[in-house]
Amino acid sequence: MSTTEEKLKAPKEPLFSKKNKRLITDPLSDNNPITIQVLGICSALAITVQVEQAFWMSISVIFVMVFGNLIVSLLRNLIPSRVRIIVQLVIVASLVIIVNESLQAFVPDVSEKLSVFVGLIITNCIIMGRFEAFAMSNKPFPSILDAVGNAIGYAWILVLVALVREVLGSGKIWGANIFGNNLPGEESGLYALGYVNNNLMILPPMALIVVGVIIWVQRSMNKELVEEN
Amino acid sequence: MKVNKDGNGYTFAFSIILVIVVGVILSSLSIGLDPLKKANVAVKKKMNILSALGVESTRQDGSDKYDEFIKDSYVISHNGVLQEDLPEEKKAFNLDVQKQFRDKTIEVSDRLYPIFEAEKDGATIFVLPVVGKGLWGPIWGFVALADDYETIVGTSFDHKGETPGLGAEIAQDFFENRYNGEKIADNGQFTPIKVVQNGTGSEEQKVDGITGGTITSKGVEKMVNKTMRVYYKYFSKNK
Repeated sequence: MSTTEEKLKAPKEPLFSKKNKRLITDPLSDNNPITIQVLGICSALAITVQVEQAFWMSISVIFVMVFGNLIVSLLRNLIPSRVRIIVQLVIVASLVIIVNESLQAFVPDVSEKLSVFVGLIITNCIIMGRFEAFAMSNKPFPSILDAVGNAIGYAWILVLVALVREVLGSGKIWGANIFGNNLPGEESGLYALGYVNNNLMILPPMALIVVGVIIWVQRSMNKELVEEN
Repeated sequence: MKVNKDGNGYTFAFSIILVIVVGVILSSLSIGLDPLKKANVAVKKKMNILSALGVESTRQDGSDKYDEFIKDSYVISHNGVLQEDLPEEKKAFNLDVQKQFRDKTIEVSDRLYPIFEAEKDGATIFVLPVVGKGLWGPIWGFVALADDYETIVGTSFDHKGETPGLGAEIAQDFFENRYNGEKIADNGQFTPIKVVQNGTGSEEQKVDGITGGTITSKGVEKMVNKTMRVYYKYFSKNK
């Protein structure tokens, strides 16, 4: 009994305490889900050919993650532990279907661009990982912050990789030519000087190499992140 | 009353309630949004038909422009015979050629082919849907044929999931425009149009493929030739 009374008496934690702020800032760099935890690599590989796709994918993931973490956190004391993974899966799957149906109904153009990849959010290990590691044992508000942090940590890497790949692979940003026109016979800008897009950038392996370069840069800037062997 | 959360009863009860709640939410959402989704798909189809005609349209004015340009539509059989008295779902606009292409229970000879007859700048143009296979999934589109029944005046292609930047480029104007002016017939005989890799696309009956998108480009070639052969059977009989 005494412990619960002590808990009640403890001063209320401010909404954005230092601890809560860290929930958002940590996943952006020092504990980034992609570059440090190396989760969610599959989608980083699949939809980073163009910035626009990566952007809409990120928005969808942020939505699924925030509401998923919130729902799991609200239900955390009710979910039977033996079926908790299945329950989490049902929650992600339902949210993804809601996102997919809404995109199809209200922004059909975006839905066409993302095509099958929205469905693949279900398989994004970051989401299940946060449900299991954080939302199952934390209150709703910190869970939302944790979701926002991790989703944005995922999103900015995704957009960055897409930017590198679209610029070098297609010579475009958000579908707009930046080096000039490269249509055969009517080259202009850099293409007229003999510049050629690097088609290798468009192929999936280059996503891994770009992510690898980001990891390298990040670890050489912060030696604490380097694992000791 | 203390509930044993590790018991079988609780686990079953929780799972059943969860599934029912989720099921109700998702199915009502799906049913509720269905009319919107169907309308979006229909407008997109009209936009694609108009795009093959060379008419730009948006989701807002797609339906109006469709009514303005498309004067008539009808359906022919695989042997090039005009089909009449078809049920509503097999009328030209409602006929789902992609579904028909996927459905293995429908024999190739039983497939139906819609024709959309348009009038643009005083000339009659026939817009013909095409369906085929790309590298990763289905590709489809529309080919617009001039009233000499053999010259292609426009195309619009689309795809489900071709590689962005490579095969997916078939949906770009620069590739679609390469088909313009090609002829599907010579002296009353059907002639296929080849997609080539060696840059000789400016020659007759040849279209340049897409670098890095060879399989998708070849898919377009096969799709256009296979379907145009059927349509030409009808046109050569009726011109």
